[in-house]
Amino acid sequence: MNYHFNWSVLWSGQSGAWLLQGLVTTVELSVLAWLLALILGVISGALRTVAIPPLRWPAAFYVEFFRNVPLLVWMFFWYFAVPPLLPEPLREWLFDHGAEFWAGVCALGVYHGARFSEVIRSGIQSIPKTQFEAAVSTGLTMAQAYRLIVIPIALRLIIPPATNESLNLLKNSSVALTIGVAELTFQTRQIETYTAKAFEALTAGTLIYLILCLAIAAIMARVERRFAIPGMIAQGQTGEF
Amino acid sequence: MNLQVVFNNFAFLILQGFFGIGKFAGGTLRLAIPAIILGFILGVFIGLGRLARSRWISTPATIYVEFFRGVPLVMVIFWFWFIIPTLLGKSLPEYSVALTAFVVFEAAYLGEIVRAGVQSVPRGQMEAATATGLARAQVMRHVILPQALRNMIPALVTQFIVLLKDTSLASIIGYVELTKAAQIVNNREIRPFELYLFIAVIYWLCSFGMSLIASRLQRE
Repeated sequence: MNYHFNWSVLWSGQSGAWLLQGLVTTVELSVLAWLLALILGVISGALRTVAIPPLRWPAAFYVEFFRNVPLLVWMFFWYFAVPPLLPEPLREWLFDHGAEFWAGVCALGVYHGARFSEVIRSGIQSIPKTQFEAAVSTGLTMAQAYRLIVIPIALRLIIPPATNESLNLLKNSSVALTIGVAELTFQTRQIETYTAKAFEALTAGTLIYLILCLAIAAIMARVERRFAIPGMIAQGQTGEF
Repeated sequence: MNLQVVFNNFAFLILQGFFGIGKFAGGTLRLAIPAIILGFILGVFIGLGRLARSRWISTPATIYVEFFRGVPLVMVIFWFWFIIPTLLGKSLPEYSVALTAFVVFEAAYLGEIVRAGVQSVPRGQMEAATATGLARAQVMRHVILPQALRNMIPALVTQFIVLLKDTSLASIIGYVELTKAAQIVNNREIRPFELYLFIAVIYWLCSFGMSLIASRLQRE
């Protein structure tokens, strides 16, 4: 092996600024996609547990179709196939405002929404059925029982698997480089292209991902303790709605 | 929506892209099947390594798993793509690079499946086997692993589905699998809606078919 390390490429020239921009873009992309995924996941996850089949089926279709197709295909789909279907003014606005970024948000959010949905569904199903019955018997409608009782409890129960999925979302945001979003992996590769120092550039990018993941995991462990339900009412019990 | 483009390029997409039969050294299955087999073999060592009594074995195995689970697959693929030529002094074909990256990456996840599988075998089995006079390695090979493997099968099928979808990322270094094949056709035909939807359905059929198998195996 004949390779000369030159770590200074990471802070000389533009590399530092590129890495920082990449990090910011990765975080922006992940946060927006995460919000979209959470909304879609909560709605479809809750719908999959209700007793009304016509409400269950579209949610099941969404989850099974989007979860079982590679994220990369969804990236291409949202970036290349969806814009031509949009009305002219909206399409022009999109291409003036970073269409690849918004396509990335949609692809990542919709794909992970389907995966969040399964986490939320299993959370809801782990709450004893009697909780729901008790809520309805106090006079709440079904929608109110879900909104005020079932979903808040489920969200507190699913913090560990949801953290795992959120980290997957963060890591998967790297796939957006395929449609030209200048996120962290994209910038890492750009540094390699400009400096021909692959080892240094990849080490920097890899370390940033590792630190991000470890930091989020540590924060979520605190959140989990903060929001733990005293007595863990639903531990070890399962009930089907 | 005009499905003509799909019919015209059906052979290329399926034979070349999915199976790897054609003039490109590609194919989704040709990458996914060796990757899961080799990854599983490496995963057995890593999973057992994490359970080893010696910290000199269990700590590196734990670091391996935590490292690869904290890094995006795209990053791992780039690592091998750029580092292999430096290490070997010559570049390897995309297939070898992609296969190496997938084996190393998947082994971290498969190692966890192996560990969970071994831990699911009741402790009494280990004690009973040791009492018959078998050495620790023999206990593992003849008593624990065969039973663990049975428990692992549903998780392994699920992981194979994940891997099958992940092979699409090999296209970023130019390996011609199903997604890259669709990209190639799309560059000529400019029919993204039909083409990407078609390959989405192909991936879906594979994943959904295998998840049915997984849930059947889970019941048995």
